[in-house]
Amino acid sequence: MEKDFGFLETIPADPGNLIKGLQLLQATEGYISNEGIRAAAKYFNRPEADVEGVVSFYAQFKRVKPGKFQISVCDGTACHLKGAPLIHEWLRQELDLRPGETAPDGVFSLETVACLGCCSLAPVMSVNGRVHGKLDRKTMMKILKEYAAK
Amino acid sequence: MSTRNITKFKIGLASCGIAAGGEAVLAALREATDLPILEVGCIGHCYAEPIVEVCFDDGSSVMYGNVKADEKSIRNILALGTDDRFEIPEARKARESLKVLALAGRIVPTDLSDYTANGGYEGLKKALTLTPEEVINEVKISGLRGRGGGGFPTGTKWGFLAAKPGFDKTVICNADEGDPGAFMDRSLMESVPHQVLEGMLIAAYATGAGRLIIYCRAEYPLAIKHLKIAIEQINQAKLNDFGDRTVEISIKEGAGAFVCGEETALIASLEGQRGMPRFRPPFPTDRGYQDKPTMINNVETFGNIPVILREGGEVFAKTGSDGGRGTKLFALAGDLKYPGLVEVPMGTTLNEIVFEIGGADPGKVKAVQTGGPSGGCIPVELFDTPVDYDSLRSLGAIMGSGGMIVIGNDRCMVETARYFLDFTHRESCGKCTFCRVGTTRMYEILEKIVAGKGCENDLELLEDLGKKIKAGSLCGLGQTAPNPVLATLRYYRDEYLEHVNDHQCRARQCNALVDIALDKTKCIKCKLCIKTCPVNAISSDFVIDPAVCTRCNSCLDCCPKNAISRVAKGDKQ
Ligand SMILES: Cc1cc2nc3c(=O)[nH]c(=O)nc-3n(C[C@H](O)[C@H](O)[C@H](O)COP(=O)(O)O)c2cc1C
Ligand code: FES
Repeated sequence: MEKDFGFLETIPADPGNLIKGLQLLQATEGYISNEGIRAAAKYFNRPEADVEGVVSFYAQFKRVKPGKFQISVCDGTACHLKGAPLIHEWLRQELDLRPGETAPDGVFSLETVACLGCCSLAPVMSVNGRVHGKLDRKTMMKILKEYAAK
Repeated sequence: MSTRNITKFKIGLASCGIAAGGEAVLAALREATDLPILEVGCIGHCYAEPIVEVCFDDGSSVMYGNVKADEKSIRNILALGTDDRFEIPEARKARESLKVLALAGRIVPTDLSDYTANGGYEGLKKALTLTPEEVINEVKISGLRGRGGGGFPTGTKWGFLAAKPGFDKTVICNADEGDPGAFMDRSLMESVPHQVLEGMLIAAYATGAGRLIIYCRAEYPLAIKHLKIAIEQINQAKLNDFGDRTVEISIKEGAGAFVCGEETALIASLEGQRGMPRFRPPFPTDRGYQDKPTMINNVETFGNIPVILREGGEVFAKTGSDGGRGTKLFALAGDLKYPGLVEVPMGTTLNEIVFEIGGADPGKVKAVQTGGPSGGCIPVELFDTPVDYDSLRSLGAIMGSGGMIVIGNDRCMVETARYFLDFTHRESCGKCTFCRVGTTRMYEILEKIVAGKGCENDLELLEDLGKKIKAGSLCGLGQTAPNPVLATLRYYRDEYLEHVNDHQCRARQCNALVDIALDKTKCIKCKLCIKTCPVNAISSDFVIDPAVCTRCNSCLDCCPKNAISRVAKGDKQ
């Protein structure tokens, strides 16, 4: 089925609005699909390669469909110091996920982000934008269980 | 005292308050009382979130910290009980000087009338009674320098833009806050969005700009929300109407690229391109956004402007030192007791910030990292250095935008340097070869060293590469990327040498150089570790197989007797 990208028309078709358009695409689809790239190129009147170039430049844009629950582990300086690498290790063991991956059942996906601005609660991770702070193994497992049950 | 009545509550609901569970506390409090509950921003004491302030009719108030959403805690607050009472630590009260943050956490961020009732927009009003030249002059007298890291004199920059004819000019607020470990700008935008916007409007008036753009990183949704509401209120109240023009204000979200904090890259990003810096000149004030004259200032720089206009440049300049005027915000985090946002006069020493204000344990601090990935570490022996633009530079670090990470004795400096290079080599935009390839090589060498596979020559190679990358890069990213490595090599060379010569990590942090050992004299055979170990590395008779163990610390965390510890590789306890 053809996807409908009509929602792009809420933004003026000025080529300078490409990033805004891609953000809207990602907010709607959850990621940037190949069809999305083609639609954005056409709408903003820019070559597809150009659009792909912009997408690959910015860390925010994902080319892989994220899970129902997107886990973003902060690896900013404060969180790194307070054990972000261990959190990654635990998540790898528990969910068999590495940053950038989505679990085959589509429930969880994992990414690394730099500083969520809650450094005083380090280490932190966010799940679908909701920040959980002062993590240790126990609280992290509890949080995962709560989401998995949803 | 006994006759005072509670009139309202305030609860801190900036990102830090929300992450600490503030929303649940708000809901519980709503259940329990009909009195008004104001959702305010962050007062800077993030370690005590969620914070609830109880306000009385005589103007006084008491605060509660680390509040839980359960009935007992809420009842305790309503009864003005003594549990969970929060007092601002005395040492911090004495050192701090709240000017830019005066209203943060005290007013409702998205309530324009709350802001104006507390002196808000008086700076703009004052500015409009002056000529643009007079406003710029006031900023020049104040001695304000850019808070985004560069430290360029703000009044001078404004003068460049003002000299261009017409109103087709743009003033941009740089809210990209890329330093991973800094949150000054986030806090300002979330807690006092109108103050930032007031500063921008004053800038627009003084420089003759017709357009204001805020470039905010997308990781700050709450800041964006508050700014959007505030912009709407400004439009409604026509605060952006200067008679000869109505200033258009918009907000653009970044898409996650550190380099976009650099001015020319930021402009490229605003224009919908890959955020690659370009050669300057032409400077943005000559040719910037959409090829029109453009000026960029940092969030905190704008946050200072209303203060300057209200109290006058001369009074403003009385605070601070020769190395910088006014106050500076620092985002304190890492190994200390009171992480949070602090505001101190320029020239306050690291000792005062880290120990007196931050409450760090003097025996347990090794260094502090200022300036994030562009900065360097400063060893504790040099903590009597005043913090301003110039003093830190001589130590191989920079003040930067205000991120300050306290590094404890139990952290490995080589690993810390590796961390920063991991960040910068990924964030390099790729335009300059020295930056793109050079930072990657530096990163690879550091990876080798923390894996115990380095050699002494690697240290010289790192220094050589570092110098060349600094010289051969176009923008500040490459010019500063080697700093964390060069600074650690300068102050902690012995730690590097231990890694490469003895294959030892004294902090017991580098996994490849560490084993996990179980102290049988402390062990009570509860088997919790055996059950917890995710890779089944612990046998039924409590022997840990180092080949299977991933050093994930799970067993250390769960052991009730602290019988398990990290030891040097090969050491058996
Ligand atoms: C790689 C790089 C990243 C930067 N990131 C930021 C940033 O996140 N926020 C900021 O205000 N300035 C940042 N800057 C500095 C800006 O280029 C610019 O100097 C500053 O926004 C000017 O404002 P000011 O004069 O008010 O400090 C960065 C510079 C470089 C080279
Ligand atoms: S470093 Fe993790 S929130 Fe800032």
